[in-house]
Amino acid sequence: MAAVDAAHHPAPTDGVAAEAIHVENLHKKFGQLHVLKGVSLSARDGEVVAIIGGSGSGKSTLLRCINCLENPTSGIIRVNGEQIRLKPNGFGDSIPADRRQIERIRSRLGMVFQSFNLWSHMTLLENVIEVPVHVLGIKRAAAIVEAEKLLARVGLAEKRDVYPAYLSGGQQQRAAIARALAVQPRVMLFDEPTSALDPELVGEVLKVIGDLAREGRTMVLVTHEMKFAREVATHVIYLWNGVVEEEGPPEQIFGAPKSERLKQFIRSIG
Amino acid sequence: MLAISPPGWGANLLRGLANSIQIAVGAFGLGLAIGIAGAWGKLYGSPIVRDLMEVYTTVVRAVPELVLILLLYYAGTDLINRALDGLGYAPVDISGLVAGIGVLGIVQGAYATEVIRGAILAIPQGQIEAARAYGMPPGKMLRRITLPAMLPFAIPGLANLWLIATKDTALLAVVGFNELTQETRQAGATTKAYFTFFVAAGVLYLLLTLFSNVIIGRIERWARRGMPPIAETGR
Repeated sequence: MAAVDAAHHPAPTDGVAAEAIHVENLHKKFGQLHVLKGVSLSARDGEVVAIIGGSGSGKSTLLRCINCLENPTSGIIRVNGEQIRLKPNGFGDSIPADRRQIERIRSRLGMVFQSFNLWSHMTLLENVIEVPVHVLGIKRAAAIVEAEKLLARVGLAEKRDVYPAYLSGGQQQRAAIARALAVQPRVMLFDEPTSALDPELVGEVLKVIGDLAREGRTMVLVTHEMKFAREVATHVIYLWNGVVEEEGPPEQIFGAPKSERLKQFIRSIG
Repeated sequence: MLAISPPGWGANLLRGLANSIQIAVGAFGLGLAIGIAGAWGKLYGSPIVRDLMEVYTTVVRAVPELVLILLLYYAGTDLINRALDGLGYAPVDISGLVAGIGVLGIVQGAYATEVIRGAILAIPQGQIEAARAYGMPPGKMLRRITLPAMLPFAIPGLANLWLIATKDTALLAVVGFNELTQETRQAGATTKAYFTFFVAAGVLYLLLTLFSNVIIGRIERWARRGMPPIAETGR
């Protein structure tokens, strides 16, 4: 019994915020390619963890392993203290052993993608209420009230009945953030949320994410926007070639990096 | 001769048309259901399911429809009755309508499988991934995301299948089913006015197609609601 309880409830924290995301010794191989080589990551409630690194460093893969969009090869993943049960899939990777468990965990992780991934046959409002109504079982009327608030919050109230394809990338990404907020996520996962945007649209999206960070939302953020990471992150992880090369508070990572590679990376990216 | 009431044959032709439409609707519906299941099986099924689907679509698309109809109609009903007999049940008389729908449905299903599989592959994968990322169970994902998102890509192919279904009903004349072509043949044979009746039947098929086009156009507009119109050039 005790073991079951421990799996479902965060351990007592003694004043320290509970751990929302815990990743331990995560490995991921794509065939012969060893993309993640034993990465660990922890995000406590209220923390903003930024993952930075060059292309091919494995940062997106790491993020996508948290909700098993990518099947890890091995490792431990805990979300809100609940460990994702994994089983081998016969091809060298581990897949979720319990479909209902992973679906339940996923439904409370608000994920925002690089290419927005809004559902094209639904209006913005329909996109935002889809998961609350059809996955979480919230009443449609209540979900609509909530969705209107969220769309207003990201500045898209008057676009509620518009289909995504008629909007700019920045607008689509803000709508995608509203969709993520609609599941009342314990943790938000951002996978390079501004990388697919035209430069002049990046600001509006970063502003929305920045506001969320400042109000104390827990998030894990993969980004190329170093200035932004320095501004909003509470903890920065620099990934190089599948390992954590250096991590720490943003002042240290950007102000006084120790690793030669990190220094070079920060210089190269400006 | 084309008058609705006897001695005119109009009523017979219209009854034949109604029968044809019934079969076409039934066969297309059955084909659609098989097509969705088949496409799902081919894309996401276990290796065995995939192989089975591959055999089904290959065989059905390889054999001429007329042969399939004769085969499934005669051998199929015979097989069912033998099976029933073996299990100790009384043989059933399978109606021409049910057999027609079944046979054409199986043929339609093989083509629909490929149309729908292609359409699912055309969906931007991110939309499927987003549904997964938000914990949508597979059945719900199919209903809420995959099917509506693939529809715009499937409609041209499915519209073709529907029009083919309306005309394939004529093949059931060979097994003596009273659809439009069979009725026309009878009317012609009795009156010797073959030309009049076959032209009349042709006009009925044409009207059915024109009417279908209007409906298909509406469905396509609805299915493409989330997609900006393709810019017309030269205007």
